[in-house]
Amino acid sequence: MTPRLAAVPRSGSVAIRGGTVVDSNGSRRADVLVGDGRIIAVDAADDASDVTADRVLDASGCLVAPGLVDLHVHLRQPGREDAETIETGARGAALGGFTAVVAMPNTTPTIDCAAVVREVQDLSDGACCDVYPSAAITLGRRGEELAPMAEMARLGVRMFTDDGAGVQSSRVMRRALEYASGLDHLAGGAAVVLAQHCEVEELSEGGCMHEGEWSSRLGLGGQPAEAEELMVMRDIALARLTGSRVHFQHLSTAGSVAMVRAAKQAGLPVTAEATTHHFTLTDSCCADYDTVFKVHPPLRTEADVAAIRAGLSDGTIDAIATDHAPHTSADKEKPFDSAPPGMLGLETALALALTELDLPAEQILALMSWRPAAIAGIDDRHGRPVAPGEPANLCVIDPAAEWTVSGEDMASPSRNTPYEGRRLKGRVRHTLLDAAPVVIDGEAQR
Amino acid sequence: MNGGHKPRRHLLSITDLDAADIERICNLTESFAEVSRRRIPRVPALRGKTVVWLFYEDSTRTRLSFEAAAKQLSADTVNFSVGSSSVNKGESLRDTVETIEAMGIDAIVVRHSCAGVPHRVADWIDASVINAGDGCHEHPTQALLDLYTARARLGDLHGARVAIVGDVAHSRVARSDVLAFTAMGAEVTLVGPRPLLPASLEGWPVTVSHDLDSVLGEIDVCYLLRMQLEREAGGHVPSLREFRAEYGLDAARADRLRDGALIMHPGPINRGVEIDGDVVERPNVVITEQVANGVAVRMAVLFLLLGSGMDLTESEKMAA
Repeated sequence: MTPRLAAVPRSGSVAIRGGTVVDSNGSRRADVLVGDGRIIAVDAADDASDVTADRVLDASGCLVAPGLVDLHVHLRQPGREDAETIETGARGAALGGFTAVVAMPNTTPTIDCAAVVREVQDLSDGACCDVYPSAAITLGRRGEELAPMAEMARLGVRMFTDDGAGVQSSRVMRRALEYASGLDHLAGGAAVVLAQHCEVEELSEGGCMHEGEWSSRLGLGGQPAEAEELMVMRDIALARLTGSRVHFQHLSTAGSVAMVRAAKQAGLPVTAEATTHHFTLTDSCCADYDTVFKVHPPLRTEADVAAIRAGLSDGTIDAIATDHAPHTSADKEKPFDSAPPGMLGLETALALALTELDLPAEQILALMSWRPAAIAGIDDRHGRPVAPGEPANLCVIDPAAEWTVSGEDMASPSRNTPYEGRRLKGRVRHTLLDAAPVVIDGEAQR
Repeated sequence: MNGGHKPRRHLLSITDLDAADIERICNLTESFAEVSRRRIPRVPALRGKTVVWLFYEDSTRTRLSFEAAAKQLSADTVNFSVGSSSVNKGESLRDTVETIEAMGIDAIVVRHSCAGVPHRVADWIDASVINAGDGCHEHPTQALLDLYTARARLGDLHGARVAIVGDVAHSRVARSDVLAFTAMGAEVTLVGPRPLLPASLEGWPVTVSHDLDSVLGEIDVCYLLRMQLEREAGGHVPSLREFRAEYGLDAARADRLRDGALIMHPGPINRGVEIDGDVVERPNVVITEQVANGVAVRMAVLFLLLGSGMDLTESEKMAA
């Protein structure tokens, strides 16, 4: 019999009372007591009024889940601290329910050597969530020479990507996949994964939105869906050739989803993510030339959105990522062709998934917590079952709370949310990192 | 009097206008063409109004035409031409236009190499915004002067057949012309090689042909687009020589046009590419008329947007 929570009072303990626990084992009504970084007890008693702890967080009507994991964020530090810092980005992440994010390496300087990995790790100390730097596959993300992947894997880097660009050369990508497959012993047993931004630049060059009806009408250069699909196709072939894992970042087209589905059926070691904006917005959003809707890969058609949703539903797509990409207003107020691509995502992702996807909460949490945690090789700390002894990285979600998106209210110094003014259902109430409440009642505590 | 028309603040796209608006602009243009022919071609219709030229892209013809139009309406003009070389690409467009507006102006005429810039400017300021060409998107005053010129020669354009020939994909003139001509009831055919046609024509009220020779005998207007010479380097066509052979209007092709069919071009022409030098001199080539009508059309547009809804006769009475 599990001990009553009241029986384990501890200094610095927090009781999460009245919620429904949801994790990879399903859902059940339970109170959760955490302290010293870990889950102390999970108590299924209906009458939890005698729970005592130093602090009690109300979770009535809420889901108590493992903290969310975002495989794809741009925290802009080092280099563009005017748009975002690790501190503000991690705060936004925690407000969005994330306890872990994977930071992309397209900073200035690029995360392509041990020194910059260490800098990002140092800057992440004390942040509102765990920040795992990914690192570039090639030096300077130029697609030419391999970055010192072993050196960075030794520091804990698990994911390598040239995100913002795909590795254009098939030869370089093949070598990278082969090389990475021999690095697992450096990563503490977790598998190293190469993540690809799929875009054949010869086809996408000059394009600033999806090529199709809207780009033709608006007179803006287009990127055809095939620019993405050709690289998805190539990298599936390279996964077959090398036997190495490939993770496909931000899939945006129906064709890409179909190819990944077929590759998985063929037993190839591929995984994929899709962003919230690629299942909620289409290229018609660009009709007024508002650069907040400029993003890479671009917003696609309704048919593509439907395919992404189907892929999320049937498991073809393993994870929902944000591709959180802050940009200053000055940058976004440039003309459409020269404004930088990207949108904020951390604080809206969960609510968009809950509001827009016709999926049970447990499946959405799988897509946003334990499955991405496994892909990133951080499932020793994140996406764990809610059980005694596990790391207390948790989020408490009120699925019924309605709210209106406002860029002004977000933690980021940037304001480029494409959902300004949209009503969403589902909001993060509390977030705990190593048993410490970093968000209480929707307010960041750090 | 507003004559029952909705007041318009901006001209960003031909889609901002309905058929009645276009009709009204054509009628106003006729009155202003008469003003232009006077010994002192000037009316006080826009006295006290200030119009700014914000040209991020080089333009001689369009700017001079707007300038002449504003002067004939007695508006004050300020030139804020920014050669692409002198503009710091990092500068926020918004800062620039807000600075200009703070100077107290009534309209900004914008040209930019990127589609949509006039739309963004219109979101940020209260003054009227006129699109003088945005990237590969639209050039509405060009389409209005094309329409006016064609009507002056052909009369009602209902059922008229217009072929727009050449590099449609990269042409702002083509996008505006398709909208303007079809709004007035004409039937438009786009003619060109596939790489020079838009990637998608979904929603475009046009037909498409890759064979100029097959349409020549059936059209009332042969509208030739300027071929950007860099398209050859970009691999859109194998060579300018081959483009000319397939789509250039040489004498033999011009001979096959119906009597009275017009040959139009937005200028400046590439002689020997989209049109042969000897064809340019034919009487059914109305390129010079297009330029001449441009001033009166732009007077009509400026007057419609800035004239406080008064009609022309009223303004003339005021002046008397």
